[in-house]
Amino acid sequence: MAESIEQTQSVKHVPRYADTDLIRAQFANTVEEVIEAIGEVTVIAKREGLVEFLTWLRDEPSLRFNYLSDIGGLDLGEFAEPRFAVAYQLYSIPHNHRLRVKVFLAEDDATLPTMWHVWKTANWLEREIYDMFGIHFEGHPDLRRILMPADYEGYPLRKDFPLKGY
Amino acid sequence: MQAKEIVVPTSTISMLRKPDPLADTQMTVSMGPQHPSTHGVLRLELVLDGETVVKATPDIGYLHTGIEKTMEKEKWQQVVTVTCRMDYLNSMGNDLGYCLGVEKLMGVEVPKRAQDLRVLFTELNRLSSHLVWFGTHAMDIGAMTAFFYAFIHREKILDLYECATGARLHQSYFVIGGTRWDLPANFISLCQEFLDGFPQFLDECKRLVTGNKIFQRRTQGVGVIKKESAINWGLSGPTIRGSGVNWDIRKSEPYTGYDTYDFKVPVYDGCDVWSRYLVRMDEMQESWSICCQALERLKSPGEHMANHPKLKLPERDLMKKHIDVMIHHFLLASEGFTVPVGEVYQSIESARGELGYYVVSNGAERPWRVRVRAPSYVNLSALPEMVEGSLIADVVAVIGSIDIVLGDVDR
Repeated sequence: MAESIEQTQSVKHVPRYADTDLIRAQFANTVEEVIEAIGEVTVIAKREGLVEFLTWLRDEPSLRFNYLSDIGGLDLGEFAEPRFAVAYQLYSIPHNHRLRVKVFLAEDDATLPTMWHVWKTANWLEREIYDMFGIHFEGHPDLRRILMPADYEGYPLRKDFPLKGY
Repeated sequence: MQAKEIVVPTSTISMLRKPDPLADTQMTVSMGPQHPSTHGVLRLELVLDGETVVKATPDIGYLHTGIEKTMEKEKWQQVVTVTCRMDYLNSMGNDLGYCLGVEKLMGVEVPKRAQDLRVLFTELNRLSSHLVWFGTHAMDIGAMTAFFYAFIHREKILDLYECATGARLHQSYFVIGGTRWDLPANFISLCQEFLDGFPQFLDECKRLVTGNKIFQRRTQGVGVIKKESAINWGLSGPTIRGSGVNWDIRKSEPYTGYDTYDFKVPVYDGCDVWSRYLVRMDEMQESWSICCQALERLKSPGEHMANHPKLKLPERDLMKKHIDVMIHHFLLASEGFTVPVGEVYQSIESARGELGYYVVSNGAERPWRVRVRAPSYVNLSALPEMVEGSLIADVVAVIGSIDIVLGDVDR
Protein backbone atom coordinates (compact mmCIF):
# COMPACT_ATOMS: atom_id res chain seq x y z
CA MET A 1 0.00 0.00 0.00
CA ALA A 2 1.42 3.32 -1.02
CA GLU A 3 2.01 5.87 1.66
CA SER A 4 2.17 9.58 1.11
CA ILE A 5 5.56 10.97 2.04
CA GLU A 6 5.88 13.78 4.52
CA GLN A 7 6.46 17.12 2.82
CA THR A 8 9.90 18.37 3.72
CA GLN A 9 11.01 20.07 0.54
CA SER A 10 10.68 23.81 0.78
CA VAL A 11 11.02 26.23 -2.11
CA LYS A 12 14.65 26.51 -3.09
CA HIS A 13 15.72 29.55 -4.98
CA VAL A 14 18.33 29.79 -7.73
CA PRO A 15 20.06 26.40 -7.97
CA ARG A 16 23.58 26.22 -6.64
CA TYR A 17 26.21 25.28 -9.14
CA ALA A 18 28.98 22.80 -9.01
CA ASP A 19 32.35 23.45 -7.48
CA THR A 20 34.31 23.91 -10.68
CA ASP A 21 37.74 24.10 -8.99
CA LEU A 22 37.30 20.57 -7.70
CA ILE A 23 36.43 19.33 -11.19
CA ARG A 24 39.47 21.03 -12.69
CA ALA A 25 41.81 19.74 -10.00
CA GLN A 26 40.63 16.14 -10.18
CA PHE A 27 40.50 15.69 -13.93
CA ALA A 28 43.11 18.04 -15.31
CA ASN A 29 43.76 15.73 -18.27
CA THR A 30 40.15 15.28 -19.34
CA VAL A 31 38.76 18.74 -18.63
CA GLU A 32 39.83 21.28 -21.22
CA GLU A 33 37.87 24.30 -20.18
CA VAL A 34 35.18 25.36 -17.72
CA ILE A 35 32.83 28.06 -18.98
CA GLU A 36 30.29 29.89 -16.85
CA ALA A 37 27.73 31.78 -18.90
CA ILE A 38 24.07 32.78 -18.42
CA GLY A 39 24.07 31.12 -15.02
CA GLU A 40 25.07 27.73 -16.40
CA VAL A 41 28.33 25.86 -16.09
CA THR A 42 29.71 24.04 -19.12
CA VAL A 43 32.68 21.72 -18.89
CA ILE A 44 34.44 21.11 -22.18
CA ALA A 45 35.88 17.63 -21.87
CA LYS A 46 38.00 15.35 -23.99
CA ARG A 47 36.82 11.95 -25.09
CA GLU A 48 39.74 10.23 -23.37
CA GLY A 49 38.81 9.48 -19.79
CA LEU A 50 35.21 10.61 -20.28
CA VAL A 51 33.67 7.52 -18.72
CA GLU A 52 35.82 7.86 -15.61
CA PHE A 53 35.07 11.57 -15.43
CA LEU A 54 31.28 11.18 -15.66
CA THR A 55 31.29 8.22 -13.28
CA TRP A 56 33.23 10.33 -10.81
CA LEU A 57 30.73 13.19 -11.23
CA ARG A 58 27.97 10.76 -10.42
CA ASP A 59 29.61 9.26 -7.35
CA GLU A 60 31.55 12.16 -5.79
CA PRO A 61 29.56 12.99 -2.60
CA SER A 62 29.89 16.76 -2.94
CA LEU A 63 28.64 16.74 -6.55
CA ARG A 64 26.44 13.63 -6.82
CA PHE A 65 25.13 14.09 -10.37
CA ASN A 66 22.93 11.03 -10.10
CA TYR A 67 20.46 12.09 -12.79
CA LEU A 68 21.25 12.34 -16.47
CA SER A 69 18.72 14.80 -17.84
CA ASP A 70 19.64 14.74 -21.46
CA ILE A 71 22.24 14.04 -24.09
CA GLY A 72 21.99 16.42 -26.98
CA GLY A 73 23.79 16.18 -30.28
CA LEU A 74 24.94 19.26 -32.09
CA ASP A 75 26.18 19.72 -35.64
CA LEU A 76 28.36 22.82 -35.86
CA GLY A 77 28.13 22.99 -39.64
CA GLU A 78 29.46 21.11 -42.64
CA PHE A 79 32.78 22.92 -42.72
CA ALA A 80 33.32 23.34 -39.00
CA GLU A 81 36.29 21.63 -37.43
CA PRO A 82 35.56 19.79 -35.17
CA ARG A 83 32.16 19.21 -36.64
CA PHE A 84 30.08 17.61 -33.90
CA ALA A 85 29.46 18.22 -30.25
CA VAL A 86 27.61 16.10 -27.73
CA ALA A 87 26.30 17.79 -24.59
CA TYR A 88 25.47 15.82 -21.45
CA GLN A 89 23.05 17.68 -19.17
CA LEU A 90 23.60 16.43 -15.66
CA TYR A 91 21.44 17.10 -12.66
CA SER A 92 21.85 16.24 -9.02
CA ILE A 93 18.61 15.45 -7.22
CA PRO A 94 20.16 15.61 -3.69
CA HIS A 95 22.14 18.83 -4.27
CA ASN A 96 19.83 20.48 -6.81
CA HIS A 97 22.47 21.71 -9.21
CA ARG A 98 23.16 21.29 -12.90
CA LEU A 99 26.21 20.87 -15.07
CA ARG A 100 26.74 20.50 -18.78
CA VAL A 101 29.58 18.38 -20.09
CA LYS A 102 30.35 18.97 -23.73
CA VAL A 103 32.57 16.87 -25.95
CA PHE A 104 33.66 17.90 -29.43
CA LEU A 105 34.10 15.27 -32.13
CA ALA A 106 35.72 15.35 -35.55
CA GLU A 107 33.60 14.14 -38.46
CA ASP A 108 35.93 11.31 -39.47
CA ASP A 109 36.19 10.04 -35.90
CA ALA A 110 32.69 10.55 -34.54
CA THR A 111 32.66 7.92 -31.82
CA LEU A 112 32.08 8.16 -28.10
CA PRO A 113 32.09 5.61 -25.31
CA THR A 114 28.62 4.66 -24.13
CA MET A 115 27.34 5.95 -20.79
CA TRP A 116 24.83 3.14 -20.53
CA HIS A 117 26.65 1.61 -17.58
CA VAL A 118 26.63 4.91 -15.70
CA TRP A 119 23.07 6.01 -16.33
CA LYS A 120 20.53 3.72 -18.01
CA THR A 121 18.86 6.84 -19.44
CA ALA A 122 21.72 6.98 -21.92
CA ASN A 123 20.39 3.92 -23.74
CA TRP A 124 17.71 5.61 -25.83
CA LEU A 125 19.30 9.05 -25.79
CA GLU A 126 22.44 7.65 -27.42
CA ARG A 127 20.38 5.71 -29.91
CA GLU A 128 18.66 8.93 -30.91
CA ILE A 129 21.97 10.71 -31.45
CA TYR A 130 23.21 7.79 -33.53
CA ASP A 131 19.99 7.95 -35.53
CA MET A 132 20.06 11.70 -36.08
CA PHE A 133 23.77 12.49 -36.37
CA GLY A 134 25.50 9.21 -37.10
CA ILE A 135 27.70 9.41 -34.02
CA HIS A 136 28.70 5.93 -32.85
CA PHE A 137 28.66 4.87 -29.22
CA GLU A 138 31.15 2.14 -28.46
CA GLY A 139 29.90 -0.56 -26.15
CA HIS A 140 26.23 0.37 -26.52
CA PRO A 141 24.11 -2.78 -26.05
CA ASP A 142 21.58 -2.05 -28.78
CA LEU A 143 22.75 0.64 -31.19
CA ARG A 144 19.98 0.70 -33.77
CA ARG A 145 17.98 3.49 -35.36
CA ILE A 146 15.15 4.51 -33.09
CA LEU A 147 13.00 7.19 -34.69
CA MET A 148 13.79 6.70 -38.39
CA PRO A 149 13.03 3.43 -40.22
CA ALA A 150 15.70 0.75 -39.88
CA ASP A 151 16.66 0.93 -43.58
CA TYR A 152 16.86 4.72 -43.71
CA GLU A 153 19.91 6.32 -45.25
CA GLY A 154 21.39 9.57 -44.06
CA TYR A 155 21.34 11.40 -40.76
CA PRO A 156 18.48 13.94 -40.64
CA LEU A 157 19.77 16.44 -38.10
CA ARG A 158 23.09 16.99 -39.84
CA LYS A 159 23.25 20.44 -41.34
CA ASP A 160 23.94 19.15 -44.84
CA PHE A 161 20.77 17.06 -44.78
CA PRO A 162 18.12 18.95 -46.78
CA LEU A 163 14.99 20.00 -44.94
CA LYS A 164 12.70 18.30 -47.44
CA GLY A 165 14.67 15.04 -47.20
CA TYR A 166 16.39 13.20 -50.01
CA MET B 1 -8.99 -67.92 -23.47
CA GLN B 2 -6.33 -65.98 -21.79
CA ALA B 3 -6.05 -62.43 -22.93
CA LYS B 4 -2.99 -61.78 -24.86
CA GLU B 5 -0.72 -59.38 -23.10
CA ILE B 6 -0.05 -56.36 -25.20
CA VAL B 7 3.39 -55.05 -24.84
CA VAL B 8 3.79 -51.49 -25.95
CA PRO B 9 7.28 -50.25 -26.44
CA THR B 10 8.16 -47.27 -24.26
CA SER B 11 9.15 -45.21 -27.25
CA THR B 12 5.54 -45.37 -28.49
CA ILE B 13 4.22 -44.18 -25.12
CA SER B 14 6.33 -41.07 -25.29
CA MET B 15 5.06 -40.56 -28.83
CA LEU B 16 1.44 -40.81 -27.75
CA ARG B 17 1.92 -38.50 -24.82
CA LYS B 18 2.40 -35.40 -26.94
CA PRO B 19 4.00 -32.50 -25.13
CA ASP B 20 1.96 -29.33 -24.84
CA PRO B 21 3.12 -27.16 -27.77
CA LEU B 22 2.97 -24.06 -25.54
CA ALA B 23 4.67 -25.64 -22.55
CA ASP B 24 8.17 -24.30 -22.88
CA THR B 25 8.16 -22.34 -26.08
CA GLN B 26 8.12 -18.61 -26.09
CA MET B 27 5.80 -16.64 -28.26
CA THR B 28 6.47 -13.25 -29.77
CA VAL B 29 3.47 -10.95 -29.96
CA SER B 30 3.40 -7.60 -31.64
CA MET B 31 1.27 -5.22 -29.61
CA GLY B 32 0.33 -2.12 -31.57
CA PRO B 33 0.91 0.19 -33.34
CA GLN B 34 -2.86 0.20 -33.89
CA HIS B 35 -3.87 -0.68 -30.38
CA PRO B 36 -6.29 1.46 -28.36
CA SER B 37 -4.36 1.17 -25.12
CA THR B 38 -1.00 2.22 -26.50
CA HIS B 39 -2.19 5.85 -26.55
CA GLY B 40 -1.11 6.53 -30.08
CA VAL B 41 1.18 4.61 -32.35
CA LEU B 42 3.47 2.72 -30.01
CA ARG B 43 4.45 -0.80 -30.96
CA LEU B 44 5.64 -3.26 -28.36
CA GLU B 45 7.37 -6.46 -29.25
CA LEU B 46 6.51 -8.78 -26.40
CA VAL B 47 8.16 -12.14 -25.89
CA LEU B 48 5.72 -14.17 -23.84
CA ASP B 49 6.04 -17.31 -21.83
CA GLY B 50 2.41 -18.23 -21.35
CA GLU B 51 0.95 -15.04 -19.99
CA THR B 52 4.18 -13.74 -18.53
CA VAL B 53 6.17 -11.09 -20.33
CA VAL B 54 9.76 -12.25 -20.72
CA LYS B 55 11.02 -9.39 -22.82
CA ALA B 56 9.46 -6.18 -23.99
CA THR B 57 10.95 -4.04 -26.74
CA PRO B 58 9.24 -0.74 -27.51
CA ASP B 59 9.34 0.25 -31.16
CA ILE B 60 8.74 3.94 -31.72
CA GLY B 61 9.08 6.46 -34.50
CA TYR B 62 5.73 6.06 -36.21
CA LEU B 63 4.86 9.66 -35.41
CA HIS B 64 8.27 11.16 -36.08
CA THR B 65 7.72 14.48 -37.82
CA GLY B 66 11.19 15.98 -37.64
CA ILE B 67 10.19 18.82 -35.38
CA GLU B 68 13.76 19.50 -34.20
CA LYS B 69 14.80 19.89 -37.84
CA THR B 70 11.82 22.12 -38.59
CA MET B 71 12.72 24.39 -35.69
CA GLU B 72 16.09 25.14 -37.26
CA LYS B 73 14.39 26.67 -40.27
CA GLU B 74 11.77 28.73 -38.40
CA LYS B 75 12.47 32.17 -37.01
CA TRP B 76 12.77 32.49 -33.25
CA GLN B 77 9.23 33.74 -32.81
CA GLN B 78 7.77 31.16 -35.20
CA VAL B 79 9.07 28.15 -33.30
CA VAL B 80 6.25 28.39 -30.73
CA THR B 81 3.85 27.21 -33.41
CA VAL B 82 5.83 23.97 -33.66
CA THR B 83 6.58 23.33 -29.99
CA CYS B 84 2.93 22.94 -29.02
CA ARG B 85 2.52 20.20 -31.60
CA MET B 86 4.95 17.86 -29.88
CA ASP B 87 3.14 17.07 -26.68
CA TYR B 88 -0.33 17.92 -27.86
CA LEU B 89 -1.93 17.31 -24.48
CA ASN B 90 0.42 19.68 -22.69
CA SER B 91 0.91 22.25 -25.41
CA MET B 92 1.10 25.30 -23.14
CA GLY B 93 3.92 23.74 -21.15
CA ASN B 94 5.85 23.02 -24.35
CA ASP B 95 5.58 26.64 -25.45
CA LEU B 96 6.55 27.82 -22.01
CA GLY B 97 9.78 25.82 -21.89
CA TYR B 98 10.95 27.15 -25.24
CA CYS B 99 9.99 30.77 -24.43
CA LEU B 100 11.79 30.60 -21.09
CA GLY B 101 14.91 29.25 -22.77
CA VAL B 102 15.05 32.02 -25.36
CA GLU B 103 14.23 34.68 -22.76
CA LYS B 104 17.12 33.39 -20.70
CA LEU B 105 19.43 33.74 -23.70
CA MET B 106 18.19 37.27 -24.40
CA GLY B 107 18.05 38.32 -20.76
CA VAL B 108 14.44 39.45 -20.99
CA GLU B 109 12.43 40.10 -17.87
CA VAL B 110 8.80 39.02 -18.25
CA PRO B 111 6.19 41.26 -16.56
CA LYS B 112 4.33 40.05 -13.50
CA ARG B 113 0.96 39.68 -15.18
CA ALA B 114 2.43 37.66 -18.05
CA GLN B 115 3.96 35.30 -15.51
CA ASP B 116 0.61 34.86 -13.77
CA LEU B 117 -1.07 34.23 -17.12
CA ARG B 118 1.56 31.62 -17.90
CA VAL B 119 1.09 29.91 -14.56
CA LEU B 120 -2.69 29.88 -14.91
CA PHE B 121 -2.61 28.37 -18.38
CA THR B 122 0.10 25.80 -17.75
CA GLU B 123 -1.75 24.61 -14.68
CA LEU B 124 -5.08 24.48 -16.55
CA ASN B 125 -3.18 22.51 -19.14
CA ARG B 126 -1.84 20.16 -16.49
CA LEU B 127 -5.43 19.61 -15.37
CA SER B 128 -6.67 18.90 -18.88
CA SER B 129 -3.72 16.60 -19.57
CA HIS B 130 -4.24 14.68 -16.34
CA LEU B 131 -7.94 14.41 -17.12
CA VAL B 132 -7.16 12.69 -20.41
CA TRP B 133 -4.76 10.42 -18.55
CA PHE B 134 -7.38 9.70 -15.87
CA GLY B 135 -10.05 8.81 -18.38
CA THR B 136 -7.90 6.66 -20.63
CA HIS B 137 -5.98 4.98 -17.82
CA ALA B 138 -9.19 3.94 -16.13
CA MET B 139 -10.65 2.81 -19.45
CA ASP B 140 -7.57 0.68 -20.19
CA ILE B 141 -8.16 -1.12 -16.94
CA GLY B 142 -11.86 -1.54 -17.67
CA ALA B 143 -13.61 1.39 -16.00
CA MET B 144 -15.53 2.91 -18.87
CA THR B 145 -17.57 5.59 -17.11
CA ALA B 146 -14.61 7.56 -15.81
CA PHE B 147 -13.63 8.41 -19.36
CA PHE B 148 -16.86 10.28 -20.03
CA TYR B 149 -16.73 12.15 -16.73
CA ALA B 150 -13.14 13.22 -17.39
CA PHE B 151 -13.86 14.40 -20.90
CA ILE B 152 -16.83 16.54 -19.82
CA HIS B 153 -14.46 18.59 -17.68
CA ARG B 154 -11.62 18.55 -20.15
CA GLU B 155 -14.05 20.02 -22.66
CA LYS B 156 -14.73 22.88 -20.26
CA ILE B 157 -10.98 23.62 -20.05
CA LEU B 158 -10.66 23.52 -23.83
CA ASP B 159 -13.52 26.03 -24.01
CA LEU B 160 -11.55 28.28 -21.68
CA TYR B 161 -8.53 28.05 -23.99
CA GLU B 162 -10.72 28.88 -26.93
CA CYS B 163 -12.08 31.89 -25.11
CA ALA B 164 -8.63 33.23 -24.24
CA THR B 165 -6.47 32.12 -27.15
CA GLY B 166 -8.80 31.28 -30.03
CA ALA B 167 -7.60 27.68 -30.29
CA ARG B 168 -8.43 24.54 -28.38
CA LEU B 169 -5.37 22.35 -28.72
CA HIS B 170 -2.47 24.16 -30.37
CA GLN B 171 -2.80 27.53 -28.78
CA SER B 172 0.67 29.08 -29.31
CA TYR B 173 -0.48 31.55 -26.70
CA PHE B 174 2.88 32.11 -25.06
CA VAL B 175 5.35 34.07 -27.11
CA ILE B 176 8.89 35.12 -26.32
CA GLY B 177 8.53 37.98 -23.86
CA GLY B 178 5.04 37.28 -22.54
CA THR B 179 1.73 36.17 -23.96
CA ARG B 180 0.26 36.90 -27.34
CA TRP B 181 -2.58 39.04 -25.98
CA ASP B 182 -4.36 39.75 -22.76
CA LEU B 183 -7.44 37.97 -21.47
CA PRO B 184 -10.87 38.74 -22.93
CA ALA B 185 -13.28 40.54 -20.62
CA ASN B 186 -15.46 37.55 -19.72
CA PHE B 187 -12.61 35.09 -19.11
CA ILE B 188 -12.21 35.67 -15.37
CA SER B 189 -15.85 34.89 -14.64
CA LEU B 190 -15.88 31.82 -16.90
CA CYS B 191 -12.68 30.46 -15.35
CA GLN B 192 -14.00 31.16 -11.84
CA GLU B 193 -17.14 29.21 -12.68
CA PHE B 194 -15.09 26.23 -13.86
CA LEU B 195 -12.74 26.30 -10.87
CA ASP B 196 -15.66 26.50 -8.43
CA GLY B 197 -17.11 23.28 -9.78
CA PHE B 198 -13.86 21.36 -10.09
CA PRO B 199 -13.30 20.07 -6.51
CA GLN B 200 -16.71 18.43 -6.52
CA PHE B 201 -15.85 16.69 -9.77
CA LEU B 202 -12.53 15.52 -8.33
CA ASP B 203 -14.40 13.98 -5.39
CA GLU B 204 -16.68 12.20 -7.85
CA CYS B 205 -13.64 10.82 -9.65
CA LYS B 206 -12.18 9.55 -6.43
CA ARG B 207 -15.44 7.87 -5.50
CA LEU B 208 -15.72 6.39 -8.97
CA VAL B 209 -12.23 4.98 -9.42
CA THR B 210 -9.96 5.43 -6.39
CA GLY B 211 -12.22 3.46 -4.09
CA ASN B 212 -12.88 0.81 -6.71
CA LYS B 213 -11.58 -2.55 -5.45
CA ILE B 214 -11.07 -3.95 -8.94
CA PHE B 215 -9.03 -0.92 -9.94
CA GLN B 216 -6.92 -1.21 -6.80
CA ARG B 217 -6.26 -4.90 -7.34
CA ARG B 218 -5.27 -4.24 -10.94
CA THR B 219 -2.79 -1.51 -10.02
CA GLN B 220 -1.27 -2.25 -6.62
CA GLY B 221 2.13 -3.93 -6.84
CA VAL B 222 2.10 -3.73 -10.66
CA GLY B 223 4.85 -2.16 -12.74
CA VAL B 224 7.22 -1.74 -9.81
CA ILE B 225 10.31 0.40 -10.28
CA LYS B 226 12.37 1.13 -7.17
CA LYS B 227 13.66 4.54 -6.18
CA GLU B 228 17.32 4.07 -7.16
CA SER B 229 16.34 2.38 -10.39
CA ALA B 230 13.88 5.15 -11.24
CA ILE B 231 16.61 7.78 -10.87
CA ASN B 232 19.07 5.76 -12.91
CA TRP B 233 16.54 5.26 -15.70
CA GLY B 234 15.91 8.99 -15.72
CA LEU B 235 12.21 8.92 -14.91
CA SER B 236 10.68 12.26 -14.08
CA GLY B 237 7.42 13.89 -13.18
CA PRO B 238 4.60 11.96 -11.52
CA THR B 239 6.28 8.69 -12.53
CA ILE B 240 9.35 9.31 -10.36
CA ARG B 241 7.26 10.86 -7.57
CA GLY B 242 5.30 7.62 -7.46
CA SER B 243 8.64 5.95 -6.65
CA GLY B 244 9.23 8.09 -3.59
CA VAL B 245 11.55 10.72 -5.06
CA ASN B 246 10.57 14.17 -3.88
CA TRP B 247 11.58 16.15 -6.96
CA ASP B 248 9.48 18.69 -8.77
CA ILE B 249 11.17 21.33 -10.95
CA ARG B 250 8.50 23.86 -9.99
CA LYS B 251 9.94 23.63 -6.45
CA SER B 252 13.61 22.84 -7.05
CA GLU B 253 14.27 25.37 -9.83
CA PRO B 254 11.25 27.68 -9.78
CA TYR B 255 10.43 29.43 -13.04
CA THR B 256 7.67 31.91 -13.99
CA GLY B 257 7.18 32.83 -10.36
CA TYR B 258 6.17 29.38 -9.08
CA ASP B 259 8.05 30.15 -5.89
CA THR B 260 5.38 32.72 -5.00
CA TYR B 261 2.58 30.14 -5.10
CA ASP B 262 1.54 27.95 -2.25
CA PHE B 263 1.30 24.31 -3.28
CA LYS B 264 2.48 20.88 -2.22
CA VAL B 265 4.23 18.20 -4.23
CA PRO B 266 2.49 14.86 -3.76
CA VAL B 267 4.94 11.97 -3.35
CA TYR B 268 4.10 8.31 -2.76
CA ASP B 269 6.52 5.50 -2.09
CA GLY B 270 4.65 2.50 -3.49
CA CYS B 271 6.75 2.49 -6.72
CA ASP B 272 3.80 0.93 -8.56
CA VAL B 273 0.98 1.94 -10.89
CA TRP B 274 -1.27 2.68 -7.95
CA SER B 275 1.20 5.18 -6.47
CA ARG B 276 1.55 6.99 -9.77
CA TYR B 277 -2.22 7.13 -9.95
CA LEU B 278 -2.43 8.67 -6.48
CA VAL B 279 0.32 11.20 -7.30
CA ARG B 280 -1.56 12.44 -10.35
CA MET B 281 -4.89 12.62 -8.54
CA ASP B 282 -3.33 14.69 -5.75
CA GLU B 283 -1.51 16.78 -8.31
CA MET B 284 -4.82 17.76 -9.89
CA GLN B 285 -5.92 19.06 -6.51
CA GLU B 286 -2.72 21.13 -6.19
CA SER B 287 -3.00 22.43 -9.77
CA TRP B 288 -6.53 23.52 -9.02
CA SER B 289 -5.25 25.42 -6.00
CA ILE B 290 -2.51 27.12 -8.08
CA CYS B 291 -5.10 28.07 -10.71
CA CYS B 292 -7.26 29.70 -8.03
CA GLN B 293 -4.30 31.70 -6.71
CA ALA B 294 -3.25 32.78 -10.22
CA LEU B 295 -6.79 33.81 -11.16
CA GLU B 296 -7.02 35.93 -8.03
CA ARG B 297 -3.84 37.77 -9.06
CA LEU B 298 -5.07 38.26 -12.61
CA LYS B 299 -8.02 40.32 -11.41
CA SER B 300 -5.73 43.34 -11.15
CA PRO B 301 -4.55 44.77 -14.50
CA GLY B 302 -0.98 44.80 -15.82
CA GLU B 303 1.24 44.34 -18.84
CA HIS B 304 1.02 41.03 -20.67
CA MET B 305 4.18 41.54 -22.75
CA ALA B 306 7.71 42.65 -21.98
CA ASN B 307 8.41 46.14 -23.26
CA HIS B 308 11.35 45.04 -25.36
CA PRO B 309 11.90 46.59 -28.81
CA LYS B 310 12.70 43.23 -30.37
CA LEU B 311 9.72 41.42 -28.95
CA LYS B 312 6.79 43.79 -28.72
CA LEU B 313 5.21 44.74 -32.02
CA PRO B 314 4.58 48.50 -32.35
CA GLU B 315 1.07 49.78 -31.86
CA ARG B 316 -1.14 50.20 -34.88
CA ASP B 317 -1.83 53.91 -34.33
CA LEU B 318 1.84 54.77 -34.11
CA MET B 319 2.57 52.81 -37.28
CA LYS B 320 0.12 54.93 -39.21
CA LYS B 321 1.79 58.15 -38.05
CA HIS B 322 5.52 57.39 -38.08
CA ILE B 323 7.46 55.81 -40.93
CA ASP B 324 10.24 54.56 -38.63
CA VAL B 325 7.73 52.65 -36.51
CA MET B 326 6.31 51.18 -39.70
CA ILE B 327 9.79 50.07 -40.79
CA HIS B 328 10.43 48.57 -37.36
CA HIS B 329 7.23 46.55 -37.58
CA PHE B 330 8.01 45.45 -41.12
CA LEU B 331 11.49 44.27 -40.21
CA LEU B 332 10.30 42.42 -37.12
CA ALA B 333 7.61 40.63 -39.09
CA SER B 334 9.71 39.86 -42.16
CA GLU B 335 13.28 39.40 -40.95
CA GLY B 336 12.63 38.61 -37.33
CA PHE B 337 15.01 39.44 -34.53
CA THR B 338 18.36 38.04 -33.52
CA VAL B 339 19.31 36.37 -30.27
CA PRO B 340 22.79 36.69 -28.73
CA VAL B 341 25.26 33.83 -29.26
CA GLY B 342 25.05 31.26 -26.52
CA GLU B 343 23.53 28.05 -25.33
CA VAL B 344 21.07 27.36 -22.58
CA TYR B 345 19.34 24.37 -21.09
CA GLN B 346 15.96 25.25 -19.68
CA SER B 347 13.83 22.59 -18.08
CA ILE B 348 10.31 22.84 -16.78
CA GLU B 349 7.94 20.45 -15.07
CA SER B 350 5.50 19.44 -17.76
CA ALA B 351 2.51 17.22 -17.01
CA ARG B 352 4.70 14.21 -17.83
CA GLY B 353 8.00 15.18 -16.27
CA GLU B 354 11.13 17.11 -17.02
CA LEU B 355 10.74 18.88 -20.34
CA GLY B 356 14.08 20.35 -21.32
CA TYR B 357 15.03 22.67 -24.12
CA TYR B 358 18.68 22.91 -25.09
CA VAL B 359 18.69 26.04 -27.23
CA VAL B 360 21.82 26.99 -29.16
CA SER B 361 22.05 30.36 -30.86
CA ASN B 362 24.72 31.54 -33.28
CA GLY B 363 23.43 35.10 -33.26
CA ALA B 364 21.13 34.70 -36.24
CA GLU B 365 17.39 35.21 -36.58
CA ARG B 366 16.84 31.45 -36.49
CA PRO B 367 17.86 28.97 -33.80
CA TRP B 368 20.96 26.98 -34.70
CA ARG B 369 19.70 24.00 -32.79
CA VAL B 370 16.83 23.28 -30.44
CA ARG B 371 17.16 19.97 -28.72
CA VAL B 372 14.09 18.77 -26.87
CA ARG B 373 14.40 16.48 -23.90
CA ALA B 374 10.98 14.89 -24.06
CA PRO B 375 9.74 13.43 -20.76
CA SER B 376 7.64 10.72 -22.43
CA TYR B 377 10.63 9.51 -24.45
CA VAL B 378 12.80 8.93 -21.41
CA ASN B 379 9.96 7.55 -19.30
CA LEU B 380 9.04 5.09 -22.02
CA SER B 381 12.61 3.81 -22.23
CA ALA B 382 12.16 2.38 -18.73
CA LEU B 383 9.05 0.44 -19.73
CA PRO B 384 10.86 -2.92 -20.18
CA GLU B 385 12.23 -2.56 -16.65
CA MET B 386 8.69 -2.20 -15.32
CA VAL B 387 6.84 -4.83 -17.32
CA GLU B 388 9.32 -7.69 -17.69
CA GLY B 389 8.23 -10.53 -15.48
CA SER B 390 4.66 -9.32 -15.10
CA LEU B 391 1.50 -10.49 -16.84
CA ILE B 392 0.54 -9.30 -20.30
CA ALA B 393 -2.64 -7.66 -18.99
CA ASP B 394 -0.50 -5.51 -16.70
CA VAL B 395 1.43 -4.04 -19.64
CA VAL B 396 -1.63 -1.98 -20.49
CA ALA B 397 -1.87 -0.69 -16.94
CA VAL B 398 1.83 0.24 -16.86
CA ILE B 399 1.71 2.10 -20.18
CA GLY B 400 -1.24 4.06 -18.86
CA SER B 401 0.56 4.85 -15.63
CA ILE B 402 3.60 6.44 -17.26
CA ASP B 403 1.22 8.59 -19.33
CA ILE B 404 3.06 8.76 -22.60
CA VAL B 405 2.07 10.98 -25.49
CA LEU B 406 3.45 9.62 -28.72
CA GLY B 407 3.76 13.06 -30.21
CA ASP B 408 6.18 13.81 -27.42
CA VAL B 409 8.04 10.52 -27.76
CA ASP B 410 8.61 10.71 -31.52
CA ARG B 411 8.69 14.47 -32.08
